Amino acid sequence: MNRPTVRTGRSGPWLDFFHKNENTLLAVGAMLAFLALWELLPDLGLANPFFTSSPSRIVTAAGWLFAHGFWNDILVSLGEFAIGMALAILFSIPLGLLLGWYRRTNAAFEPFVTMLNAMPRVALLPLIILWLGIGMASKVAAVFLGAFFPLIVNVMIGVKTVDETLLKCARSFGASDRQVFTTLALPTSVPFLVAGMRLALGRGLVGVVVGEMLASTAGVGHMMALASSTFQTDKMFVGLILLAGFGYGLTELLKRLEKRFESWRP
Amino acid sequence: MRLEARKVCVEYQMRRSQERVSALQDVNFIIESGKFCAIIGPSGCGKTSLLNVIAGLQTTTQGDFLLDGQPIQGPGRNRAMVFQSAALLPWRTILRNVTYGLELQHYPPAQSRDIASELIQLVGLKGFEESYPRELSGGMQQRVNLARALATSPDILLMDEPLAGLDAQMRELMQAEIQRIWLQAQKTTVYVTHLIDEAVFLADEVIVLTARPGTVRTVVPIDLPRPRPLVIKHSDRFHHLQSMLWDLIEEEFKKLGEPGSERLS
Repeated sequence: MNRPTVRTGRSGPWLDFFHKNENTLLAVGAMLAFLALWELLPDLGLANPFFTSSPSRIVTAAGWLFAHGFWNDILVSLGEFAIGMALAILFSIPLGLLLGWYRRTNAAFEPFVTMLNAMPRVALLPLIILWLGIGMASKVAAVFLGAFFPLIVNVMIGVKTVDETLLKCARSFGASDRQVFTTLALPTSVPFLVAGMRLALGRGLVGVVVGEMLASTAGVGHMMALASSTFQTDKMFVGLILLAGFGYGLTELLKRLEKRFESWRP
Repeated sequence: MRLEARKVCVEYQMRRSQERVSALQDVNFIIESGKFCAIIGPSGCGKTSLLNVIAGLQTTTQGDFLLDGQPIQGPGRNRAMVFQSAALLPWRTILRNVTYGLELQHYPPAQSRDIASELIQLVGLKGFEESYPRELSGGMQQRVNLARALATSPDILLMDEPLAGLDAQMRELMQAEIQRIWLQAQKTTVYVTHLIDEAVFLADEVIVLTARPGTVRTVVPIDLPRPRPLVIKHSDRFHHLQSMLWDLIEEEFKKLGEPGSERLS
């Protein structure tokens, strides 16, 4: 990634600034170029704004939405997402530790859990809506199902990945099974848990949006589905950008957390 | 504490072939209390198995190791092991790594901290108590490894090629350090190494194992006076002991018929 910059003989305040922040500047530049193109294509008659919308139209639509109760949609989605994630974390960690730690439970449940993790959970949504209705509960369940499996799979793997030499060291001091669990297996599983969390966030987000699009009375996904069926492209893009931003922010946060715990891997 | 090996045999069961492989066969020796004993032998002769059994991490197929006459059954507080890879807990500070063994043996925390601080000073790492293992060099990590083993005040210190992962210069310096620390701690020590000069420099006696299945070929007492400065390695007596041991090892290597062993002579 960070190749050494080849310095030419020239220098100056602008060039220095560019060299220092090259990657950021390139990323921002590309983004701005894309936005400019997006804005200009309809004006030049090369695209139909009815389908493509444009940045300025999206800003206008966002202003209208926020003035007309969009906050409520955001809060509903956020609530569903937060509750679903919290429940997934609450249940997956102890269960993953338990199932992964004991050889027999691990042998019994690992294929099962891995299979469920590989299954596209979105396919369960119609069933969940049938069971839980179109209120918040079905979306909470969708987030839960999305987040639970990547978390539990990672915790199960993490807890049994105890380093061979560390294990030998603990045993040579006469450590009991319980002590090996608390002093070695538990800390070892933390970086795995954080990695699982990053996956879980993405899956949870898919759960809430698709759930809302399929059947609901409020939420960002609901707003987008409504906008789609009434041909309001601008509003759809508002939802899309909001989701992209939210997902990006959370992922970046988790990446930092992951980096922090990376050094915990023996 | 006096360590005695009495007719020790260790066998492995190969997983696939159901074949039994003998690692150690009829090993007999006595290490007197407070002595530094090095064990050398051609690679694969069961040196590490020997340590594992003394540590209680592995069982003998026949025979016993006796500690002051008592047969070893499982790990115990009277023994502690220093590992080849430092085997430090990456999520713990240096201080908490040194207290790790004490914690497992239910020492009160305050007492553990005091013991650990003292040992951190002994191994020359004062000021690094709150650092993490990744911030330390390989040599420093091995000092922590050693301090952790000494913390539980074992009667017998087991060291499994603790300097094998270090570069040549660091290894020399650490050999001197290990001697200094050992002279202060005065523990019966079993030190496995594949380096003959390391064995001669550190040990009171060197046990030479034969090629697999390992058994005691001979025991060579090292009569160099202590404390030994590193320059002792240039003395005639040192060279003499070194070449004598090398001849023994070489013969064992030839028995193995390893490719390249014919070029050794």
